[in-house]
Amino acid sequence: MSQTSALVILIAAIFTNNILLTNFLGMCSFIACSRQIGTAVGLGTAVTFVMTMTTVLNYAIYHFVLMPHRLAHMTFIVFIAVIAAFVQFVEMFVERFSPRLYFALGIFLPLITVNCAILGASLFMIIRQYNFVQSVGFGFGAGLGWAVAILLMAGLRQKMRYSNIPEPFQGVPIAMVVTGVLAMAFMGFAGMVSIQ
Amino acid sequence: MNCLCMGIVFGEYLLSILSFGGLTVSLAAILIVAERLLVNYGTCKLDINAGQKPLEVPGGQTLLASLYASQIFIPSACGGKGSCGHCKITVTAGGGPVLPTETAYLSRKEMRSNVRLACQVKIREDIYVRIPEDMLNVRMFTSTLESIKDLTHDIKQIRLALNDPAEISHRPGQYVQVQAPSSDGPVFRAYSISSPTYESNVVELVVRLVPGGIGSTYLHNLQVGQAVSFTGPYGEFVLNDDPSVEIVCVGGGCGMAPMKNIIYTLYHRWPERSCWLFFGCRTVRDVFYLGQFQELAGKHSNFHVVYALSDKLGEDEDWDGETGFIHLAADKHLEPNVRRQAFLCGPPPMIEAVTRVLEEKGIGSQDIFYDEF
Repeated sequence: MSQTSALVILIAAIFTNNILLTNFLGMCSFIACSRQIGTAVGLGTAVTFVMTMTTVLNYAIYHFVLMPHRLAHMTFIVFIAVIAAFVQFVEMFVERFSPRLYFALGIFLPLITVNCAILGASLFMIIRQYNFVQSVGFGFGAGLGWAVAILLMAGLRQKMRYSNIPEPFQGVPIAMVVTGVLAMAFMGFAGMVSIQ
Repeated sequence: MNCLCMGIVFGEYLLSILSFGGLTVSLAAILIVAERLLVNYGTCKLDINAGQKPLEVPGGQTLLASLYASQIFIPSACGGKGSCGHCKITVTAGGGPVLPTETAYLSRKEMRSNVRLACQVKIREDIYVRIPEDMLNVRMFTSTLESIKDLTHDIKQIRLALNDPAEISHRPGQYVQVQAPSSDGPVFRAYSISSPTYESNVVELVVRLVPGGIGSTYLHNLQVGQAVSFTGPYGEFVLNDDPSVEIVCVGGGCGMAPMKNIIYTLYHRWPERSCWLFFGCRTVRDVFYLGQFQELAGKHSNFHVVYALSDKLGEDEDWDGETGFIHLAADKHLEPNVRRQAFLCGPPPMIEAVTRVLEEKGIGSQDIFYDEF
């Protein structure tokens, strides 16, 4: 088990090992929802919350249910079920207490269920053998990292609306190119801290 | 040894399945409890037509379900899944923003005038809606199948004797929505009323069997004496009251039901009124009601019946009527520039072709009504 402190993991998950910009997970909603800063903030917050909570839940289920009964082969399907149920719960909660955010996120809130970054975070936690505190740090950091990435992207795309982009590159293509440039920029953080 | 091995493997499978099953069940239980606690909006006010009919309904349900529970039957074919787009009503306040599930069914103009799909609007607060007067008069009817008769190889005439309410008051050209059971709850299917309006204690339908169709399969397999529920009447067609206006009915395939209703109602009230019926079939075996209409034409000299067959005649088939598509027959028989009202019922290409012919004959588009299917 790695001995890195949870705080270091948190920082690393945002900058050096950004789940979106180094692992390219969660690209579909990243591209689809990064047109406006408001929506990006909403979705980023929701993803951060869901990611932190599901890492915690999945940590508990993995270590207290799956491992003792030698059910490690069930990890994927169990994690997906937990994530799906949790997103349903968050949807109900947001609908009740923040209808405005609910309507702003619209279809993308239930789509968090199939956001691969969420499942990815839970799986990295298992592969990298984090303990509980490290897992919380990683889940929260990975979520924040994803939120930071989509927020940067939304800002860039709002600016790009006024730039003269060649016609074949308008829309998704330029978004992909910009994502690549953004990922390269994040490589500058690589030497700072390292989690594999 | 082998046996033991298999036992262990089997045990592992069983444990996997049981643990996953247990997990999903507990997750579902948590969600159900959360739903009870979170999706509880208390009682909301549902106001119809600015105070004409104020209702109190439990929040959290869809507008369509709440209206149904209050005996207001908005037309809906899919049962509230947002796939038919029939349940359009105007929500003036309290409906929230238009959802992505609705945009496919609403035009820009409808969105501007606050038209919504009632099945997608969830009641979260006091809500104000406008519903056409006609729709408030729609009732839920229970009836008994009185008779079922083959008209052609795939079309049946179904007569339903009304039980509760015992009478229906409708206009010719209106339709009902028959409730048919399906694997995921009751669905509604629209059928025009073919019995004339003066027969107020029955509703007669003309139903073509659509392979795999929920409504038509259900209706075709009914036995005499079985109970059938439906809501109605729906539809905006209003027959012109001026006896000097000629009525033109053009139908194709099984689009006969509304015409039969219109024609019999018409001659019951105005025996001398002028009326044309054009009906298009494919082959001789698709022809029905022809004898009955010819008999009516014998009694009323201003009633003209024209049937046309669109397919080539077979070797052994005998036919002395028109051939070719029905819009050509209409073009041939109708004099231009007569004051007319037209009702069309049939497949979209037929409607389009006939509309063109009628407009050439000088009928304004405001006097052409149609049921497409």
